Amino acid sequence: MSVLLIAEHNNKELKPFTLNVINAATQIDEDVHVLLMGHSADAVAKSISEVSGVKKVIHVDNPTYENYLAENYVPVILNLAQNYNHIVSAANTFGKNLMPRVAAKLDTSQVSDIIKVISADTFLRPIYAGNAFATVKSNDSKKCITVRPTSFDPAPSSGGSAEIVKGESAEAFSPTKFVKKEEIKSDRPELGTARVVISGGRGMQSGDNFKLITAIADKLNAAIGASRAAVDAGYITNDHQVGQTGKVVVPDLYIAVGISGAIQHLAGMKESKVIVAINKDGEAPIFSVADYGLEADLFEALPQFLEELNKLNTIQK
Amino acid sequence: MKILVAVKRVIDYNVQIRVKEDNSGVVTDNVKMSTNPPDDNAIEEAVKIKEAGKAKEIVAITIGDDKAQETVRKALAVGADRGIHVKADGIVEPLAVSKILKAVVEKEKPDLVFMGKQAIDDDCNQTGQMLAALLDWPQATFASKIEVSEKSLKVTREVDEGLETIEVNIPAIVTCDLRLNEPRYASLPNIMKAKKKPLDLMTASDLGIDTKPRIEQIKVEEPPKRKAGIKVSNVAELVNKLKNEAKVI
Repeated sequence: MSVLLIAEHNNKELKPFTLNVINAATQIDEDVHVLLMGHSADAVAKSISEVSGVKKVIHVDNPTYENYLAENYVPVILNLAQNYNHIVSAANTFGKNLMPRVAAKLDTSQVSDIIKVISADTFLRPIYAGNAFATVKSNDSKKCITVRPTSFDPAPSSGGSAEIVKGESAEAFSPTKFVKKEEIKSDRPELGTARVVISGGRGMQSGDNFKLITAIADKLNAAIGASRAAVDAGYITNDHQVGQTGKVVVPDLYIAVGISGAIQHLAGMKESKVIVAINKDGEAPIFSVADYGLEADLFEALPQFLEELNKLNTIQK
Repeated sequence: MKILVAVKRVIDYNVQIRVKEDNSGVVTDNVKMSTNPPDDNAIEEAVKIKEAGKAKEIVAITIGDDKAQETVRKALAVGADRGIHVKADGIVEPLAVSKILKAVVEKEKPDLVFMGKQAIDDDCNQTGQMLAALLDWPQATFASKIEVSEKSLKVTREVDEGLETIEVNIPAIVTCDLRLNEPRYASLPNIMKAKKKPLDLMTASDLGIDTKPRIEQIKVEEPPKRKAGIKVSNVAELVNKLKNEAKVI
């Protein structure tokens, strides 16, 4: 039996993390079907059909699904569920909101946030903010799974030629209404997928001082992150938060500036390929995960950092 | 209006956890425990709604072993009126927790159920959504702002792209984000008073719920350790290492 994967999109484009989840799904079973629920999203259906590893796209087109509400998605998924052993989505705010509502209706104990597929019923997942890894085996006949996208490479977006079939809508759930979405627009790379992330913590002392970080981010084409302490202090908005309760990032380069390294922050960044820590407290826990630690006052170090970058002939983008 | 708030006792968020030597779980003996942080936000929000005259009663509930009662007492000390402790030992998965909560909701008939968006021990992020499914109620997850009207709530949700606003009819489930509010501390007199507030005791089997786990925990391990890094002496050396050694810039 096959895997049903719930796609995340905005009716125009597939959200890139769906590709990572498709890759994880193909490790569970070769027969991966993707459910696309939206409105006037034919272009998205076509792009999913071209993703390597996708065998079938089920496209449900209805104005009701223009904006995503878990309450409206779930009945459609339940109508399809009998044909599948696994139902899979991303462990981001989309899938986290959706999948437990599916699982409870199917009387299945969900496996959240997997980082490795060991077999079709056994998975590795982080617990306690990634301070322990649990190997878990699901004994339910239907398995509901969310996948941590950054733990899997994206499936190639070409090479597939899946058939696209029309799926049936279900009755809308009237007690819940979508009002609005305020997306924070930025010319920078997205925090979740950026190659380089530079983050500031409480040590930045003010929101205004983040301009020191912005200048370096511009130079490195980096996304800007922050610790929860910096967000709570009002220096920067919550969509920048990296950590257990914020975003999990796995960039090639993570630069932590004025961040002490609380457990909950490390949970969001310690899988990064190369970690740099700049902090004036040499005992700060952030240094225990840093490949390169610089014990220095950030207000001196950041302008120097920019100066040194300006001296380089080339910088990777 | 009546609000039911679910709270969980977990290892304190400041504690560096240790994995048991036999890989059966993490060490919890003699470890500092606290209320799951976003559950504190859930209680705080309920108390604020009551203080604004929009709710009459707040009932705090926890599911867990004998000591889990501490979290209910703490909720009573910051403003909940009444407590419920459903005794259950060992791992109770979110599915079983939501079934217990459903049974309690059917008895207590609250208008709203609040809880934290995620427990910081198992990091599942499931219970609120599952309870909403079992009750066929709306779910407003990851709430950072709640506006209460007579028959509905307007909830601002923290989502990956920014903020989303939805409107849900009452009755509804809300799961709370850490940014929802600043939880208050319990004063000593209120802690003393909380000891006299009513607390009902029951078991999962009293409610007819089987809490046997469906997921087998095969082993729990330490995550792979990062290779020890180096300290650089100045910024020029740092940039040089990033360019020529790590080759990331």
